[in-house]
Amino acid sequence: MATEHTDVDSVTGTATTGHEWDGIRELNTPLPRWWLWTLYLTIVWAMGYWVVYPAWPLVTSFTSGALGWSSRTAVVSELNDLKSLRAPMNTKLAATALGDIKTDQALADFTYAQGRASFRENCGPCHGAGGGGAKGYPNLNDNDWLWGGSLEQIQHTIEFGIRSGHQKARESQMPAFGKDGMLKRDEIDNVASFVRSIANLPTRSGANLAAGKTIYADNCAVCHGSDGKGNKEFGAPNLTDGIWLFGSEEAAIVEIVANSRNGVMPAWTGRLDPVTIKALTYYVHSLGGGEK
Amino acid sequence: MPRSVTDPSRAARQDAECGLFALARSAEVQPAELKPVPAAPPLDPSVDEWDDAPLYEARRKIYPQRVSGTYRRIKWAVLLVTLGIYYLTPFLRWDRGPNAPDQAVLIDLSNSRFYFFFIEIWPQEIYYLTGLLIIAAMTLFLMNALAGRIWCGYLCPQTVWTDLFQAIERLTEGDRREHMRREQGGWTAERVARLGAKHFLWLMVAWWTGGAWVLYFADAPTLVYDLATLRAPFIAYLWIGILTFTTYVLAGHMREQVCLYMCPWPRIQAALTDEHALNVTYRLDRGEPRASVKKSAALLAKGLPAGDCVDCLQCVHVCPTGVDIRQGPNLGCIQCGLCIDACDAVMAKIGRPARLIAYDTDLNIHRREQGLAPEYRFARMRTLLYVAIIAAVGGVMTFALVTRTAQSISVLHDRNPVFVRLSDGAIRNAYTVRIANKRSERREFTLSITGLAGSLLDVVQTREDGRFVVEVGPDQTREVRVLVTDYAELPPPSTPINFHLYDVKSGERAAAGDYFRAPAGG
Repeated sequence: MATEHTDVDSVTGTATTGHEWDGIRELNTPLPRWWLWTLYLTIVWAMGYWVVYPAWPLVTSFTSGALGWSSRTAVVSELNDLKSLRAPMNTKLAATALGDIKTDQALADFTYAQGRASFRENCGPCHGAGGGGAKGYPNLNDNDWLWGGSLEQIQHTIEFGIRSGHQKARESQMPAFGKDGMLKRDEIDNVASFVRSIANLPTRSGANLAAGKTIYADNCAVCHGSDGKGNKEFGAPNLTDGIWLFGSEEAAIVEIVANSRNGVMPAWTGRLDPVTIKALTYYVHSLGGGEK
Repeated sequence: MPRSVTDPSRAARQDAECGLFALARSAEVQPAELKPVPAAPPLDPSVDEWDDAPLYEARRKIYPQRVSGTYRRIKWAVLLVTLGIYYLTPFLRWDRGPNAPDQAVLIDLSNSRFYFFFIEIWPQEIYYLTGLLIIAAMTLFLMNALAGRIWCGYLCPQTVWTDLFQAIERLTEGDRREHMRREQGGWTAERVARLGAKHFLWLMVAWWTGGAWVLYFADAPTLVYDLATLRAPFIAYLWIGILTFTTYVLAGHMREQVCLYMCPWPRIQAALTDEHALNVTYRLDRGEPRASVKKSAALLAKGLPAGDCVDCLQCVHVCPTGVDIRQGPNLGCIQCGLCIDACDAVMAKIGRPARLIAYDTDLNIHRREQGLAPEYRFARMRTLLYVAIIAAVGGVMTFALVTRTAQSISVLHDRNPVFVRLSDGAIRNAYTVRIANKRSERREFTLSITGLAGSLLDVVQTREDGRFVVEVGPDQTREVRVLVTDYAELPPPSTPINFHLYDVKSGERAAAGDYFRAPAGG
């Protein structure tokens, strides 16, 4: 065996390892000494991590490391750094009236960015990352507002929510006309057809629009207005525009009139700080539908 | 411990000979005319198992001898120029007006800007770097196809600094023989003093190298003052420390090991070279068989062949990587040409023609062996292709640089929602528009769109004084939300539109295209 190991390759003059595969022999060209020592050093260095950082799992805990470092405290301290970095602008934002934010370009850009980040985190789950909404969740990009689209009105909605249980929440109740026996099925059908007609939508053939109009005047006009343009005091939707929270099909309207719909939005005061709510207000207002 | 291989150049040669031409050559030429590679000494018979042999390759210390000649002079000149550029560039000034640094070459990391004389690069223009890298790679390939490892031999920082460090070594510890003698003489006070002086000078050069490095990242005169008065940021001292360490270790201690073991280029170069490339070559057709001056005279008198090589080993002694060029193409050879200088000096002394070792091609060795005249072909398919690629990329970069505007606009269509139906039935699309002002002064821009007749533009977050004016600070970008509302009865699902940006004062413009989306079927 030993003789095989001393085999020297005739072309290169290099000794081989003695390993041979299908007539191909492996040359023995070891690594330089410094390279190997560097490798050993890195291994020793790596062991230093066991001592300094959290490393080994124990039965109920882990070795916490000499530095006491943890990813959780690192995040907290970085968040605190971020907070103190933003503190001057946040102080300025807190002291600026909602309507005046726009006059300060730097502050406006800051507020917009803060609002966008906060919106994605807190509002996005229902309203969508871009505020595009979904069935039952209003699109905040359009110019149709249930409770008003001025800065102050948006702020109020965000702060106290809609039917959130908060004292100052936006409150109103669409009655369940069918379920509670106030209207019969054919009356509901007729009023639904009438609502489609004032929105310039085609109506079902055979619908009694005159009857529907009377039913509307008696039951709906109180909140939605005699012209159907809605009332932001009660969060009563405008029934004449092209925007429908739950759909404009007759079946969808019938469903609402019969069983009612009362969406809920949580109150954010107490959950978000006032500056964040201010930034959210500004952001939502700037999505495209903001009113004066 | 007994080891068969201690010569890195031999191991290196295997790699280099992976090239086809090299294989062919070794097959044809080696047995007859190259000195056969000495067989490895047999292993110590007392060592039964191979496993008992060391796992490492011990380093062979190299004492490069001082040499003078054409290539040495070229190397000194290149060293002076390249080090001069490196150390002095940060102090060059270039006036860019207010709100911009006046340092000619500056990498401003905190503001994400790169300044190079009249050029200012923003992070989004980092493709210039891609272009530079392509040009650098192709230039390297071109150099290699024309004249081998010019980069390694003359221009590589590893070579330049090692050269400087070796000069310091010769200055303090003496030239090759003196140095070797002193090392064998044990630890005398003189040797300690000389070693101390060497390491001190090395560290000074390394320290200044690190010092110059950080000056590329901040205003040089200010930083020098701050460094001297200990008021510079910690990161500056840290980087000086890191570069001092790497320079000292790489140029002082690692030297040829970097070229032999750490650098990928020798391997790539071996695969890229061909029979037309000028490489530092031992003209074995002239040199072999080797014999001393007296012996060759005797051989010639007897009518026997004798080559010009007198086996004086000067070429090996001056080599900074310790290779023997006479063994043929060699991975360890950085082709600096110092062996040419050394050999020429010997040839001059013994009255034989110069350039026994020279920049020559593999092809010409063969041709001369066959009695043909040497032939040089620099315009080959590959060199032309390299030149074409360099010209094309350089052209594109020049064009991009010349047509670079001082303002730009980029548009990002809202993805959620893609479009919004307003209460009056109109369709609205929202866009995030980013405006870049690449001038060092505050500018005002107006925005408009084309491609959608009867549409309304609204720029959120701007002053409202009749038109939409967006102010952008000096050398900054600004993002604004732009709403486009179309009142058409039935807009098509997708309409191409263009956003136009105008500088209110100068009228300079920029444009970007996007689409206006609407629900299918109105």
